Amino acid sequence: MINSRFFNRSELIGFIALAAILFVILPLSLDVFRLNLVAKYLTYAFVAIGLVLCWGYGGILSLGQGVFFGLGGYCMAMFLKLEASSVENTKIQSTPGIPDFMDWNQITSLPLFWQPFHSLTFTIAAIILVPGLFALIIGTAMFKRRVGGTYFAIITQAVAAILTILIVGQQGYTGGINGMTDLRTLKGWDIRPDHAKIILYFVEVVLLFACIGIAQFIRLTKLGRILVAMREQEDRVRFSGYSVANFKIFAFCMAAVFAAIGGAMFALNVGFMSPSFVGIVPSIEMVIYTAVGGRMSIFGAVWGSLLVNFAKTGLSESFPQLWLFGLGALFIAVVLAFPNGLSGIWADYVQPRIDRLLASRKSKSGTPWADNSVADGAPAE
Amino acid sequence: MLIGHQPKPFLLAVEGLTVSFDGFKAVNNLSFYVEENEIRVIIGPNGAGKTTVLDLICGKTKATSGSIQFRGKELTKLKENQIVQTGVGRKFQTPSVFEDLTVFENLEISYPRGRTVFGSLAFQRDAAVKERVEEVAEMIFLKDRLDTYADQLSHGQKQWLEIGMLLIQDPELLMLDEPVAGMSVSERAKTAELLNRIIKDRSVLVIEHDMKFVEDIAHKVTVLHQGQILSEGTMEKVKNDPKVIEVYLGH
Repeated sequence: MINSRFFNRSELIGFIALAAILFVILPLSLDVFRLNLVAKYLTYAFVAIGLVLCWGYGGILSLGQGVFFGLGGYCMAMFLKLEASSVENTKIQSTPGIPDFMDWNQITSLPLFWQPFHSLTFTIAAIILVPGLFALIIGTAMFKRRVGGTYFAIITQAVAAILTILIVGQQGYTGGINGMTDLRTLKGWDIRPDHAKIILYFVEVVLLFACIGIAQFIRLTKLGRILVAMREQEDRVRFSGYSVANFKIFAFCMAAVFAAIGGAMFALNVGFMSPSFVGIVPSIEMVIYTAVGGRMSIFGAVWGSLLVNFAKTGLSESFPQLWLFGLGALFIAVVLAFPNGLSGIWADYVQPRIDRLLASRKSKSGTPWADNSVADGAPAE
Repeated sequence: MLIGHQPKPFLLAVEGLTVSFDGFKAVNNLSFYVEENEIRVIIGPNGAGKTTVLDLICGKTKATSGSIQFRGKELTKLKENQIVQTGVGRKFQTPSVFEDLTVFENLEISYPRGRTVFGSLAFQRDAAVKERVEEVAEMIFLKDRLDTYADQLSHGQKQWLEIGMLLIQDPELLMLDEPVAGMSVSERAKTAELLNRIIKDRSVLVIEHDMKFVEDIAHKVTVLHQGQILSEGTMEKVKNDPKVIEVYLGH
């Protein structure tokens, strides 16, 4: 009963198809290297799901989701880096027991803000809270002043640029442009061998489905409908007694938290974190994944992230210079020709055909007891 | 004040209201009072500041000076959504409904419950909500269109839907900006009937150009001209005011 209301028929099919592919088909058919690539692509799906809520539903275009992806990723990487920098592992350094990049930058003791990242509990809380609070601050500052639309998008770009510059500039505290590399173990469990990668892949997919569930839940509440309403007629929502700013802040914070979970999984699955996943270009790429998948579709966001990244890997292996042009062309094509992305193509072209096919088959094999209502619903041809 | 005479408290008291846009005073030292259950129509030529007055009352535009008291509460210091919560509802000139949502969902969003972020997450579509939505939908002639997306509605139906969205809020003061503009003759008649029904038990502030319609519904008429009151009183009095005839009705 609850299930049938939580997903409608086509969403249920989408859910089952995605679950089958991610939980069964891909793990069985891909080698560990490729599966690990999928895990990397899926970390962007978290960001894309957040963007569906924030941009697709709420109409708030953020071109700075890399910031939250990065904050989540760095929180995770800091914990892993500390564990990898035990006194034993770093005894050749002039100050053993601190991360290697600190030692190279003549830092002789662990900075204060690094200390709590010895604790995994703190780290997990920080992965959610640091980006969440940062989004809350940006959101409150912008939306309470009614900064929206393009201006908001530009400001999020600026934030992404600032954070990148800050990370690169503070090499001694952040690892600079190289990022945090050589992450080894999680509570003593080695994250690098093949079996660990497979386990991490499944952990990630489970988390992804949890986020899909949360996003779907939000979508179905009145809050989901208010987001749509706000996108269309902000004033009408305001004059229906709602504080529009608070709803925008909520959507923005949710998107930030989803992105941060993706970032944390990135650090675990890929084994490093660097500012090249924080800045303007990766942030825009994340918006493209969402647009390609269909910005109104939660499942579309996952597909968009997977397919664009597969294409990216495939094309940049064979034509490294062409890839960026291809990505730009893809974005323009999607915006101009298929504003609802892959999920729109599915809903407009594929789904009706399948329905017609099923209906005609049903009516052909129609027995007196067959349910005629399906056949009646099909267009006469 | 006479002993033993209690002045009837006004529902809405606008005093010395001024708003200037870059030095241009769209509303200039305006004062007027609306009583309980009164239907007040504001008329006036284009650019007289009629819509600006509604914008000021509902908080869309901030006043430069002056005060707006609603049931003794100062509205000029409140945010739009707080003003709505004190009991002021506003309909815009162009129909502003949520076109990507159904008629039911449009009305449900306006239902005055669960208006905070977490309230709306926990909001349940229970029997009380359904009943009230259906009741209002019947009043606005859209009972059989509850599952229709609002972008499929005609212009007139959208206007009714927006009126319905205000009704479900049950405001004590209802502000309507040209509710019959752009409607067909039959829609106009139905709207007049609808308005006559919904104005019971509440005060209404209407901007309208259609003089026939104004005569039908107005208790009192305020004529605005260049941000100031030109004339005020019953329709009969206003109609025969030579100043009004010169700047507005004469045309």
